[in-house]
Amino acid sequence: MSQKNFAAAINEAIHQTMEMDESVICYGLGVTDPKAVFGTTANLEKCFGSDRVFDMPTSENAMTGVAIGAALNGIKSVVTHQRIDFFLLAMDQLVNSAAKWHYMFGNQSCVPITIRLIIGRGWGQGPTHSQNLQAWFSHIPGLKVVMPTTPEDAKGLLISSIFDPNPVVFLEHRWLHNSIGEVPVGDFRVPIGKAKVARSGTDITIVAMSYMTIEALHAADYLATQGIFCEIIDLRTIKPLDWDTVMRSVAKTGRLLALDSGFTTGSVAGEVVARVAIEIFGKLRDPPARLAMPDIPEPTSPALTKRFYILAKDIAAKVILMVTKDSIIDIANLTEPVPHDIPGEWFKGPF
Amino acid sequence: MMDDLSTNLFRQMYRIRSVEEAIAHHYPEGKMRCPVHLSIGQEAIPAIFANIIHATDFAVSTHRGHAHYLAKGGDLNAMIAEIYGKSTGCSKGKGGSMHLIDLAVNFMGTSAIVGNSIPIGVGLALSVQLKRTNQISCVFLGDGAIEEGVFYESVNFAAVRKLPVLFICENNLYSVYSPLSVRQPKGRSIAKMVEAMGVEVAVGDGHNIAVCYEIMKNAVHKVRTTGAPLFLEFSTYRWREHCGHAFDNDIGYRTQDEFLEWQAKDPLNNLEIRLGQSSSNLERTLEIIKSEVNIEVKAAFDFAEMSKFPEQSEAYDGVYSL
Repeated sequence: MSQKNFAAAINEAIHQTMEMDESVICYGLGVTDPKAVFGTTANLEKCFGSDRVFDMPTSENAMTGVAIGAALNGIKSVVTHQRIDFFLLAMDQLVNSAAKWHYMFGNQSCVPITIRLIIGRGWGQGPTHSQNLQAWFSHIPGLKVVMPTTPEDAKGLLISSIFDPNPVVFLEHRWLHNSIGEVPVGDFRVPIGKAKVARSGTDITIVAMSYMTIEALHAADYLATQGIFCEIIDLRTIKPLDWDTVMRSVAKTGRLLALDSGFTTGSVAGEVVARVAIEIFGKLRDPPARLAMPDIPEPTSPALTKRFYILAKDIAAKVILMVTKDSIIDIANLTEPVPHDIPGEWFKGPF
Repeated sequence: MMDDLSTNLFRQMYRIRSVEEAIAHHYPEGKMRCPVHLSIGQEAIPAIFANIIHATDFAVSTHRGHAHYLAKGGDLNAMIAEIYGKSTGCSKGKGGSMHLIDLAVNFMGTSAIVGNSIPIGVGLALSVQLKRTNQISCVFLGDGAIEEGVFYESVNFAAVRKLPVLFICENNLYSVYSPLSVRQPKGRSIAKMVEAMGVEVAVGDGHNIAVCYEIMKNAVHKVRTTGAPLFLEFSTYRWREHCGHAFDNDIGYRTQDEFLEWQAKDPLNNLEIRLGQSSSNLERTLEIIKSEVNIEVKAAFDFAEMSKFPEQSEAYDGVYSL
């Protein structure tokens, strides 16, 4: 184990896979520039050369197809985009080709590619630099969609993604890149499709992913001081989703609050609520609930985002309402980050 | 051209034509329950390609890809069975006419989305460059794909990274029913536009077999020896409707006169006449080729008809690779 931040854990995972397997290559706009995609691709070109690590034209769609074509001849590409929003230009290659290639050609060839996309919120990223479109990708058969929360899972899931024979969309929340945690050394893998119980509890199950898990943990810490014990499921993978872990937890607690960093309608949280209600309705003590982003684009001005994001306080208030019904628990002591639109003091912008 | 090369080209063209005529003939029976995009009239370029390309080279194609699959050496029985939706099909019934594959001859796939397979062919060329093998990657595309952004993106990357990819554009003047005149500015040369992007180009009348053979041979040699991309544009014309088995000169998007003008250039018929008139030996050779191909094509349809359909449960297999 060693202490590392999320970005360094990503970097270590790519380094190690490239050392282990010379068919792994890494490219994307800016992977070799001085900022190295928030440090995640630092030193890769120096270690592995410009044949295997390279910057690319601003051609998101074609460069996704290039990864697919190379994959058909055994090359495993790790393709990086600085914003998920840029990658929307590549939906044709991802959805029509990568996701379906194995199926539509009768299981004869596969597409082992990893698409790293950065999602986020805050600091004026605005309508087209902040979207959390995980639900889109999870809608497509043939894709795997991974959303790690901790540095440990970032490393373990990225190594698993790169060696997975299928296309994997690997979503990194910008607010997690500087979070620090223990990261196992060496070839450490976390299985895709397995959720983690991030906190055990008895009163309610909170299903979260990526940065929402952090907000949920803050809320749970406070609620524990008030005698409410939350069980937090960190999904880690949203496609295929670990329904066993979700159902087991909800069956135990009898309550479900599903969180999502994406828009409300058609969200992963909505799917979680639906499946739980359909499959184990009888185990629910109370109606299930969800907290997701409103169905409006994210505005830019800090004045407009003041009450926009889902914070620990919102989660706590919702849980209190669900668990205690009429009793009033004060959440005034649950501090909010100031200012509201950055992940921490370290964040100085601009992106 | 040497006689044996000419007869080989004849065999390839006649075989592709016969397969597609047979598809058109049987299509109204309703047993081929998927869209088919025939390229009858466009056989010269695939036939030439077949005589030049190596089995180890890569190729990808489009929704109008039967000819390219066959030219690359793709298994005929498996293609017809695929169109019939049978488990013996090249994609086990999952893909149909628009998703053809034969990995035994490195025919890597076709796409139903215009322009979609172009970057995939470029990616195969990148893999060749990384693995330092002596292969090239061939990308078949039409004039419609030139209008897709991904075409520009792909050619640009092939040029900047210097990848061994041969783009083969069959310009048949129409994207579905839309003529070039509403899609590209008057006087535009596709090849010149590509040349301006830093890629060597060559242009040919896709009905002139002798000229196109030399163009293709030189191009393949050049891509293989220099490792750099090259773009070929051949003029051609599809005789039948965009999608389906019928003729459609009556529906109003093109004239019967235009059709007849192009049909008179029929590369297959013209070659047959020329070879047949040159010697009675050759005439007999052509007859033998025709009867051999006819038997092979009939057998392929019999194979497809007799093959089993996949089990319904197989619809759920293969979403992920294990």
